[in-house]
Amino acid sequence: MTQAADIPGWAAILTSLLLLLGSSLTLIGALGLLRLRTFYERVHAPTLGTTLGIGSVLIASMLHFSVLQTRPVLHEVLIAVFMVVTTPVTLTLLARAALYRDRREGNEEVPGPRA
Amino acid sequence: MSTALLAWSIFLAQMLLGLAMVLSAVRVLRGPRAQDRVLALDTVYVTAATLLLTFGIRTGGTLYFEAALVIALLGFVGTAALAKFLMRGEVIE
Repeated sequence: MTQAADIPGWAAILTSLLLLLGSSLTLIGALGLLRLRTFYERVHAPTLGTTLGIGSVLIASMLHFSVLQTRPVLHEVLIAVFMVVTTPVTLTLLARAALYRDRREGNEEVPGPRA
Repeated sequence: MSTALLAWSIFLAQMLLGLAMVLSAVRVLRGPRAQDRVLALDTVYVTAATLLLTFGIRTGGTLYFEAALVIALLGFVGTAALAKFLMRGEVIE
C-alpha cells in the first residue's frame, strides 16, 4: 500500500500533521458552505479549502517526496501558484454575477448600483 | 512505526475530504439558486484535487499529481464559464 517503508520519523510526523490540518480545514469550509444562510456569506467559506487546505496538503506532498527521493521535488508549487491565481478571479466573477442577478430581480437585501 | 502513522493519517485525511465532498454535494442538490450550485461545484472540484494529492502520497506515484493539476485547471475554466453564463446569458458572445 504505502511505499514509504524507510521514511524517517520526523518526516512522517510532519507529513501527517500537515495532511490532517489541510483536510480538517477543507471539511470546515464545506461545513460553512452548508450551514451559512445567504449566498454572500457562503462565498467566503470554501476559500478555507482553496488556500490553506490544499496548500498544506501540497506542502505535505513536497516534503514526503523530497525526503523519499533525497532531492528537492518542487512540481507541487505549480498547483499552489495556479490555485492562488485563479480562486480570487472565479469567486469575484461569481459574486458579481450573483449581485447582477439579485439587482435585476429587485431584491431589497443587496445594495443598489452606484449613483 | 512511522509507516503505520503515515498510513493512518492518510486514511483519516481521506475520510475527512470525502465527508467535505459529500457536504458540498448536498449544497449542489439543495442550493436555492444557480450561483449556490456553481459555488458548491467549484468546492467539489478543489476537494477532489486535494483528495487526489493524498492518493499520490499514499501510492508514491506522480500520475495522481498530474490528474490533480488537470482537475484544478478544468475547475477554473468551468466555474469561470458558468459565472459568465449567469451574468450574460451566454458564454461566448
